[in-house]
Amino acid sequence: MKPAVFDYVRAESVAHAAEVLAGAGGDGKVIAGGQSLMPMMNFRLVKPSVLVDINAIAGLDRVELVGSRIRVGALVRHFMTARDPLIAQRAPVVTAAMKHVAHLTVRNRGTFCGSVCHADPAAEMPMMTVMLDGEIHAVSTRGKRMIPINEFFAGSLVTSLEPDEVVTAIDLATMPPNMGFGFHEFARRHGDYALAAVAVLMRRENGRPRDVRIAVMGLGEMPSRIPTAETVIEGNELSDLTIARAVESLRAAVSPNTDLHASADYRRHLAGALAKRAIGDAWLRAREAEPA
Amino acid sequence: MTVEQRKITITINGLRHSVTVEPRMLLSDMLRHELGLTGTHVGCEHGVCGACTILLDGRSARSCLTLAIQADGAEIETVEGQGTAEALGRVQQAFRDHHALQCGFCTPGFIMTITDILRNHALSGDDEIREALSGNICRCTGYEHIVAAVRELLREKDSRP
Ligand SMILES: Cc1cc2nc3c(=O)[nH]c(=O)nc-3n(C[C@H](O)[C@H](O)[C@H](O)COP(=O)(O)OP(=O)(O)OC[C@H]3O[C@@H](n4cnc5c(N)ncnc54)[C@H](O)[C@@H]3O)c2cc1C
Ligand code: FES
Ligand code: FES
Repeated sequence: MKPAVFDYVRAESVAHAAEVLAGAGGDGKVIAGGQSLMPMMNFRLVKPSVLVDINAIAGLDRVELVGSRIRVGALVRHFMTARDPLIAQRAPVVTAAMKHVAHLTVRNRGTFCGSVCHADPAAEMPMMTVMLDGEIHAVSTRGKRMIPINEFFAGSLVTSLEPDEVVTAIDLATMPPNMGFGFHEFARRHGDYALAAVAVLMRRENGRPRDVRIAVMGLGEMPSRIPTAETVIEGNELSDLTIARAVESLRAAVSPNTDLHASADYRRHLAGALAKRAIGDAWLRAREAEPA
Repeated sequence: MTVEQRKITITINGLRHSVTVEPRMLLSDMLRHELGLTGTHVGCEHGVCGACTILLDGRSARSCLTLAIQADGAEIETVEGQGTAEALGRVQQAFRDHHALQCGFCTPGFIMTITDILRNHALSGDDEIREALSGNICRCTGYEHIVAAVRELLREKDSRP
């Protein structure tokens, strides 16, 4: 038996899960898909005293439109996110990113919210949450709160979630129908964690790019937007020179790691190549979608 | 801290089992050590190799990333439920016909993944087959033959009314 000793509770409701976590004195952990937590427990990198299983809680496996935002429940698995028609229609960049997430069997269990809580800098779902102004809904015995994504990630595998909080859902902004997108990733084997990825959103208005968003992952301690590169493109003619300047500022803004998979230099090189493709795709789609 | 033993009930390949487990027991260890179902192989124990793949309520799952206690009340299928040496299951037979196994270490995981593919996924073309199999690693590199076996199984499935 690899994990250290712990107590296990199958939560019947969100309130029940919150109660158990509150009683665990900061040492409890939620298990959703277990596709990141169980490896960490098998290696004893994480040793919770209580494990709260939320898999039996009803109603958390839904994707719904709430106002103008998409709400992804805590038990929406990767395979569900990848083929959800609402997400495909209103946030197609997420559908594109999901094609790169893990393998069939891992996708059957892993959850969107679990991935964001795990906060791996090379994971697609945290990046999509940054890209689409995500809001994290958290519940504890102290009440409910909503954490905007720019206050959520605190570093690699670190978030501002309190140890007694359960995430019930994450809200994402929907993309306007005329918003073009591009997503490019490089991984050594399809479905493995990426060495780097770049996502781009933009609209086209009077021949120029507007509402430009550029996000990266695998290129720093957490997924992030690159405002300097966005500014280069925003409102300017999208010439080869503009793209080259945006790519240059993106490469300057990222701070990738060197690890056994790739050097920082190689990752920075990838960032540039992926950004160029993603900008190109976003612009092409924006042109196709521009209202006549 | 109390190291509690819990009694769980699991249906495995159609048979109900009552097992007493510690919460930290992995499903893979329970299958192998408590029930002697050693067809489920264990390679990496962190979700990467796919050797331990089983079906949990009809969908493939890593048994090394699942706690036995999480499967309380669930239906599990393992490679033992596929067939016997005398009467191979359909996926096993396709592996045999296409020489898709060498040392056989990865084979149970592949067979369970492929069972999920046949039940729950419509695939077309070799690229999609390869992608669907990409979560299982064969150290004997039998991939071409495994893809050939799946190709035949999918063709057979498509031609059924
Ligand atoms: C072989 C393999 C390949 C993978 N490849 C990729 C990949 O390419 N891209 C990628 O993005 N991911 C990949 N993953 C990780 C996978 O996507 C995980 O499923 C995901 O990161 C975590 O989601 P989970 O539901 O399994 O969370 P869990 O493992 O259950 O939990 C992860 C963390 O989040 C916390 N948590 C989970 N849910 C909640 C909640 N509702 N409230 C509060 N805290 C919560 C847990 O306490 C834990 O700390 C891979 C995993 C494996 C095993
Ligand atoms: S042993 Fe479970 S995936 Fe390798
Ligand atoms: S047949 Fe030997 S590992 Fe696949």
